[in-house]
Amino acid sequence: MPRITVTVDGIVYEEEVEPRLLLVHFLRDRLGKTGTPVGCDTGNCGACTVMLDGRSAKSCSVLAVQADGSDVVTIEGLAQNGTLHPMQEAFHAEHALQCGYCTPGMIMAAVDLLKDDPDPSDEAIRHGLEGNLCRCTGYCNIVKAVRRAAQEMSGEGVRTS
Amino acid sequence: MTEQIDAGMVARRIAESDRLGSPDPSREIGRARRRKEDARLITGRTLWTDDIQLPGMLYVAFLRSPMAHARIARVDTSAARTQPGVVAVYSGRDFAGEQGNLPCAWPVSEDIVIPDHPPMAVEEVRYVGEAVACVVATDRYKAADALEAIEVDYEPLEPVLDMTEALAEGSPKVHEAGNRAFTWKFSGGDVEAAFRDAPVLIERTYVQQRLIPTAMEPRAVVATTDGTAFTLYSSTQIPHVLRVMLALTTGIPEHLLRVVAPDVGGGFGSKLQVTAEEVLCLLLTRRIGKPVKWTESRSEGNLTAHHGRDQLQRIALAAERDGRIRGMRADLLADMGAYLMLVTPGIPILGAFMYNGIYKMDAYDFTCTGVFTTKMPTDAYRGAGRPEATFAIERAVDELAHELGMDPVELRRRNWITHQEFPYTTIAGLTYDSGNYEAATDRALALFGYDKLRAEQADRRDRRDPVQLGIGVSTYTEMCGLAPSRVLGSLSYGAGGWEHAAVRLLPTGKVEVVTGTSPHGQGHETAWSQIAADAMGVPFEDVSVLHGDTTVAPRGMDTYGSRSLVIGGVAVLQACEKVKEKARKLAAHMLEASPEDIEFSGGTFTVRGTSAGKTIQELALAAFAAHDLPEGFEPRLDAEVTFDPQNFSFPHGTHLCAVEVDTETGLTKIRSYVAVDDVGTVVNPLIVEGQVHGGIAQGIGQALFEEAVHDAEGNLLTTTMTDYLIPSAADLPEFVTDRTETPATSNVLGAKGVGEAGTIAATPAVVNAVVDALRPYGVRDVRMPCSPERIWRAIGESGGAAAGWAGPTESEGGER
Repeated sequence: MPRITVTVDGIVYEEEVEPRLLLVHFLRDRLGKTGTPVGCDTGNCGACTVMLDGRSAKSCSVLAVQADGSDVVTIEGLAQNGTLHPMQEAFHAEHALQCGYCTPGMIMAAVDLLKDDPDPSDEAIRHGLEGNLCRCTGYCNIVKAVRRAAQEMSGEGVRTS
Repeated sequence: MTEQIDAGMVARRIAESDRLGSPDPSREIGRARRRKEDARLITGRTLWTDDIQLPGMLYVAFLRSPMAHARIARVDTSAARTQPGVVAVYSGRDFAGEQGNLPCAWPVSEDIVIPDHPPMAVEEVRYVGEAVACVVATDRYKAADALEAIEVDYEPLEPVLDMTEALAEGSPKVHEAGNRAFTWKFSGGDVEAAFRDAPVLIERTYVQQRLIPTAMEPRAVVATTDGTAFTLYSSTQIPHVLRVMLALTTGIPEHLLRVVAPDVGGGFGSKLQVTAEEVLCLLLTRRIGKPVKWTESRSEGNLTAHHGRDQLQRIALAAERDGRIRGMRADLLADMGAYLMLVTPGIPILGAFMYNGIYKMDAYDFTCTGVFTTKMPTDAYRGAGRPEATFAIERAVDELAHELGMDPVELRRRNWITHQEFPYTTIAGLTYDSGNYEAATDRALALFGYDKLRAEQADRRDRRDPVQLGIGVSTYTEMCGLAPSRVLGSLSYGAGGWEHAAVRLLPTGKVEVVTGTSPHGQGHETAWSQIAADAMGVPFEDVSVLHGDTTVAPRGMDTYGSRSLVIGGVAVLQACEKVKEKARKLAAHMLEASPEDIEFSGGTFTVRGTSAGKTIQELALAAFAAHDLPEGFEPRLDAEVTFDPQNFSFPHGTHLCAVEVDTETGLTKIRSYVAVDDVGTVVNPLIVEGQVHGGIAQGIGQALFEEAVHDAEGNLLTTTMTDYLIPSAADLPEFVTDRTETPATSNVLGAKGVGEAGTIAATPAVVNAVVDALRPYGVRDVRMPCSPERIWRAIGESGGAAAGWAGPTESEGGER
């Protein structure tokens, strides 16, 4: 069996894995990183989105062996030193989650979206998150949350009107 | 009773101050509290059923029928048993003696046909995806591998896919008893008279397509036993109902069976079920003696988590030329699928009382025939019967308006129950306790800019703009808060509709609320905390809400039908009041006063006219210590309440949708959407708005995107999220929402329920808008989902040219 070395949320893991093992199952079943859920098997829903070497990736569409030598950040590693990431804060503040199942992936995808476009329009947010499906919120508050986090991260703070 | 009225008045006063923009900062009810639930969800620290790992746990995979209808001639599991990591392989026959039948709790008529429904098929399969065999292995990959080594010989039988054909003479049969499950009739007033010589008659047939509920969390089950007692973890909306039904189905005594619903990732009715997989996982852990887990893949879920809607509606409206509706007929065929599951037959019947909508009429007649087909069974999906009813009446009213050349809002005004007429008993026999359709509609029209949009529409029509503007109106109500137990009994439902709550004041003054409702995304922990914090005068943060585990919360009827707040939340409030009554006696004793002289405010009991008082925290500690209690006073401050409502609640509202339809491509774009809902008193406006948003999104999904499609052999073609389209962020607009607040008079909170409102309202609003855009082409209906292809074909087929409007140049015609 191939042996892989992967850093996940700052911890280095060396594991033997079947070549067919999906990254998401490696995270969940092998490492106990259950913060990343599985929502579909076709890469459509995005619930399993993680950061793979700094870019968002759907971990159900990546083999664990493909992550060999990579740095993976999951929702569990997003908060730093006990402080929530501004995107996590914004999702809470704007009531951008209900059941919360899509939320880890949605947050990771939104963080990646702001890397490309730190000040996205509502339309850019909606198109940028097209690959992450939510069945509860109707997306209105998710769009608001991403906008709020963008303002927070740009140092402007959130306008309170 | 006095106390209940007082609480209701308080709630109404708070509601009023919120509406005026000045919520009472000292009160929790009405505050837009951020949710308690969020912390664990935004950090990935929550527990979903598939997250559970138990020592020695084994994984279950099911082999599912690839045929819609076939006799099982042979199942050979021998090769699969020898695969590495495989612990056991069973076919339906291996469990024939103990698996029993999946239950149907709603036999709607005396002569209903309830076929046997073994969790794993033994003799015959009746839909694609029905479980035929299962593998238990050491990991999920090995279990899936071994499925391929199971050999099954099928003898194909004719599939039965179309409801009308299924009822025709000579149709192949799904079950020996035939394809008609039941016929259920209901009427009020003199229908013959209403339709005799009616000046205007509208007759339409609408198709409620089959939908796949698509909760984001796939179903998952974990079962374990110590040899005597059993624990079942399931991604379910109904741990309490499930426990009772599993005890009845499996023979495992109820007191030795614990059911836990950990955090549940959405349900929308799809997890209001007793599933084959839940029963089989229990039987497997009993037989093997190890914990077992099954988690469905999305494609497995699309095939076998129950489907929703799927009705054929024949609707007739009789009216005067001035627009006054005389009467209505609704004649339904409802696709049950292959079997009757937990509440399958009851779903269309829940709609039976809603086809008259918010309108006054002289007569109403309803007939529903449940039909078996070789498809996955249908059951509850957000709204459950009421979206279908609302769609039919709201579409038909728009058709009537068009026939009369009248504005659709004006026609509704001429027929709806005015606010002075409440309480009003409808032709369907329900008593609507409160409402104000005028206020909600006026507010919606103003927010929408109705007149301006109508002017733009006229302009675009004049210009023959290839992109036409359509305006859709939906003025809905729904019966919520399922349900008064006596009503459920009269409808032959197998259980009651009460809800349970317990409130415990802990020694340190913290409060535990135990609820029988079972949230799966709604935010009960937050809202119930707000109710308890107000009632007990403790900080919001000092309340915790326990739920979803039959050991922790032993009594409940769970969450569906917009019932949680209006029944479960009321039970919480009443339990708090009972605790306070006990605390009042203790306070009187400690303050050496008469209980009648004790006042309660802001968490402190004081002697009227003095400053002497005891906080509720002091009383909690005193009760715990029990050193000096009144005569006969038990040393605890807690209480339980089981609340059974006297009536349903009736949220209502007006939704307006503007669409731009590109008549050359058939593409619909929602330009604006306004929703003004009246859900009574609001405990948390943030949560309410979120429910409305999500509900609208699902209603739009049915109108424009979603449909479970089968081929001619009965194979489901929409097995993945690539084929079954739920709306993405890019498909939806920003929704403009607002509220009017007319409190319910049927419960002390004044709340009406909000979980299903958006979904019920949105679908007809959107389709009315699409059809409105296409009126100049002579189009009078587009079958849902109104895809670009269907719209394009509808324009081509409607003979738009006759009205002087050119449609697309060529049309192939025909519906899929």
